[in-house]
Amino acid sequence: MSAAPDHRPRMADLPLGERIAKAMPVLLVPILLVLGFLAIGNPSSWLTLTVSGLAMGMMIFIMASGLTLVFGLMDVINFGHGAFISVGAFVGISVVLALAEWAQAPSLLLNLGVVLLAVLAAMAITGMLGWAFERVIVKPVYGAHLKQILVTVGGLIVIEQLIHVIWGPDEIFFARPEMLKGAVTFWGAALEKYRLLAVAIGLVLFVVMRLVFRRTRIGLIVRAGVENGEMVEALGYRLRLVFIGVFIAGSALAGLGGVMWGLYQEVITAGMGEEMMILVFIVVIIGGLGSVEGAFIGALLVGLLQNYIAFLEPKLALISNIALLTAILMWRPQGMMPVVKAK
Amino acid sequence: MSDAILRIENVHTDIAQYHILHGVDLQVPRGAVTMLLGRNGVGKTTTLRTIIGHWPAREGRIVFDGDDITALKTSERARAGIGYVPEDMGIFSDLTVEENMVLAAASGPLDTGRRDRIFEAFPPLRTFWRSPAGTLSGGQKQMLSIARAMAEERRLFLIDEPTKGLAPAIVSTMAGALRDLKRQGASILLVEQNFAVAKALGDFAAVMDDGRIVWAGEMEQLATDAGLQERLMGLSMEAG
Amino acid sequence: MLMRLISGDRPRSRILTLVLLAIFLGLLFAPFLFPGVRALETAARISIFILLAASYDLLLGYTGVVSFAHTMFFGMGAYGVGLASQHMGRGFGPLILGSLAAAVLAAALAFIIALFSLRVRAIFFAMITLAVASAVAVLVSQLSSITGGEDGFTFQIPRALGPANRMGEVMGVNITGKILNYYVVFFISLALFFVLLRIVNSPFGTVLKAIRENDFRAEAIGYRVVRYRTIATCISAAMAALAGSLFALWLRYVGPETTLSFEIMLDLLLMVVIGGMGTIWGAAIGATVMVLAQTYLQDLMGSAADATMAIPMLSRLLDPDRWLLWLGVLFILSVYFFPSGIVGRLRGGR
Repeated sequence: MSAAPDHRPRMADLPLGERIAKAMPVLLVPILLVLGFLAIGNPSSWLTLTVSGLAMGMMIFIMASGLTLVFGLMDVINFGHGAFISVGAFVGISVVLALAEWAQAPSLLLNLGVVLLAVLAAMAITGMLGWAFERVIVKPVYGAHLKQILVTVGGLIVIEQLIHVIWGPDEIFFARPEMLKGAVTFWGAALEKYRLLAVAIGLVLFVVMRLVFRRTRIGLIVRAGVENGEMVEALGYRLRLVFIGVFIAGSALAGLGGVMWGLYQEVITAGMGEEMMILVFIVVIIGGLGSVEGAFIGALLVGLLQNYIAFLEPKLALISNIALLTAILMWRPQGMMPVVKAK
Repeated sequence: MSDAILRIENVHTDIAQYHILHGVDLQVPRGAVTMLLGRNGVGKTTTLRTIIGHWPAREGRIVFDGDDITALKTSERARAGIGYVPEDMGIFSDLTVEENMVLAAASGPLDTGRRDRIFEAFPPLRTFWRSPAGTLSGGQKQMLSIARAMAEERRLFLIDEPTKGLAPAIVSTMAGALRDLKRQGASILLVEQNFAVAKALGDFAAVMDDGRIVWAGEMEQLATDAGLQERLMGLSMEAG
Repeated sequence: MLMRLISGDRPRSRILTLVLLAIFLGLLFAPFLFPGVRALETAARISIFILLAASYDLLLGYTGVVSFAHTMFFGMGAYGVGLASQHMGRGFGPLILGSLAAAVLAAALAFIIALFSLRVRAIFFAMITLAVASAVAVLVSQLSSITGGEDGFTFQIPRALGPANRMGEVMGVNITGKILNYYVVFFISLALFFVLLRIVNSPFGTVLKAIRENDFRAEAIGYRVVRYRTIATCISAAMAALAGSLFALWLRYVGPETTLSFEIMLDLLLMVVIGGMGTIWGAAIGATVMVLAQTYLQDLMGSAADATMAIPMLSRLLDPDRWLLWLGVLFILSVYFFPSGIVGRLRGGR
């Protein structure tokens, strides 16, 4: 560790190869886009699939971001995260169904109003649920991974079953708000309006999250806390409060993801969160546990790859995610952008 | 030593199932540098970590400036005015030097006058102000770590082996910075293996062995008595 | 002799010994003690799930690794026997070949998963097994031309084990091939259970326990933690596959619901946690309690739901379909308050 007094930062000295390796995860998305384009060969199909893949990726990212941060900050792995996805979907869709008149009116303003209300209701409820979940289920098992996994799985089941108790045992089918149905044509490609909206929401959210992380003190605390929580406390911050805040925000985001996914599928089931968790875990692992950027890239890769493969070779689509997971872990056993841990 | 800024009374600390501190009694006088000495593994780092609250004391009392802080959380102890520089420096390598400093000023924006004084003590921090802290050299990281503790008004500094693994040139920079800090009237509890540095900086010394303080007194007395050194620390340290 | 059989791992509690003895004798004489199809069905299920839970405990309790792929391995064994019997015709050959092949395959797959996840962090294992297991479950229900899809498929087992094979009467009970089949299932489960008991009481098992207590220290002492965990994973997977083979043999049917579903995974978790993690005896008790509760308590819930029809919410909560709700609550409570399970309680510790 010894060095001359005015040692230059190593960044500038990095050889080209290493710099590419560092940027490689970010480059994977455009590479996949190009490969997809070459394999599909038809620009309009490619565009349709790409938008659909990006939409899916954005929604998965929204669900995954909270989970990965909660892990990074407190080393807590929450298998119950999927419950917030389901609850968010049921609360949100209940709002959409309750405001059926607005939803069916051919007015973009009213339709978006319904979606906004649905999202706000879902996020409020899942946020509160997250707070309760943290206090009752997670808090007593800090620092014990085995128990965390067991207890949060238990919490997932209980919440899922309560959804059955409240909303009945069957899945709920419904229609998207009027103006979000159908597609727009762009360069000969049919692009579903709702998917475009999902991509937009996802992008805005990602940009906002980045700004929060780079520009605000709370963002700095979270980033620093992921790396070395003890030191953050030694500087005078109550990491526990920050963690609860992140847990609530992450749960609310899962709820948002749930509403969006529900609107995308036009059907919701109590088990949908559990199903989505599979993809969320894959995304979080390949991104690198604790890394929001990694989760973002991972989610886009999963969404795009799944859509491309489903078009090219439908039978392989089922295992494309596992294949991606395997490939990434062979390349980087810790995930694409592993978080530096001080301990 | 009537005017102690920190008094530790009969502190016992466990780490998992291991009993590490066996009743530590220590006084840190105000406005002076107290060296915490002893062989590796006798509990020096654990003592500092118990003071800042990373390990809970199972038994005993920690009194800081007249207030019993034994039951306080780490963050509350920090806000009470204790600055901590851990052995591994605890740098947030993903954050820039500036962000590290901004975060260190926990109670508000970083005071510019204070920042300029830090730049004076540690010029490289100005040069790499906007670089990720992870790209700094070992010595620069140590500077940043100490600078962070100085980002706010502190009444006591706990510093764990600031010269560990550093090249001689940087050790003297570091010693200079600590001397400045001392001149400004700070109270410092410093763990140091380099006896030359310890001798140059320390006003008082406390020697630990097997989780207890086995000797406490003036640094002068310890520095001039090779026999005492040998008895307390096993081998006499080469006097630099 | 007895001590050698149980590898010197005494139950260390008088009540526990009595309970275990009762389970053993109850299962041994089940066809004679509890006449009726349903009772025999339950007894066979208990035998198989004791083995399955014990093999899972080797992972969860002794190694401290959470896997969500245990039912996948269980299913592999079941489908192995089913597919072999379907394609090679009825007979003992396909049964043996199918189960052995499935067990080897399960161990190999477990090895690959362990290679990717355990090397990095033990919690990766939980997430990756969940992902892989669900992908496999989807795959099985999609590839209906091979697996029969969601419906699964029935197959024929040797006539000697079928109900048509009448072999006379003992103590007033008609001995049919079905009862013979029960004893095949029972004795193989018992034998494999003793093998597991032997494994956890071997030096290998001692190392596993050391790793569970403190993996850093075990590594520091010089044990290759990852290697030990990987081996335990493989053994556990092979045992689960064998349990699955027995289950298929008993049911003469395989399908995703009975072998691969997440619900069975939860049952399994509950069996091990309630019985007591880290003791093979606990798995035996947990499995017995759970299977009995599932068979008989769900009826009780049904009648409770009927009785509370007047109170809509309560009635919904007590609906037999909400069985999982109460399991979940029970599960959380046991992890918090009885982490050492029934066995831990009976032994009077913690």
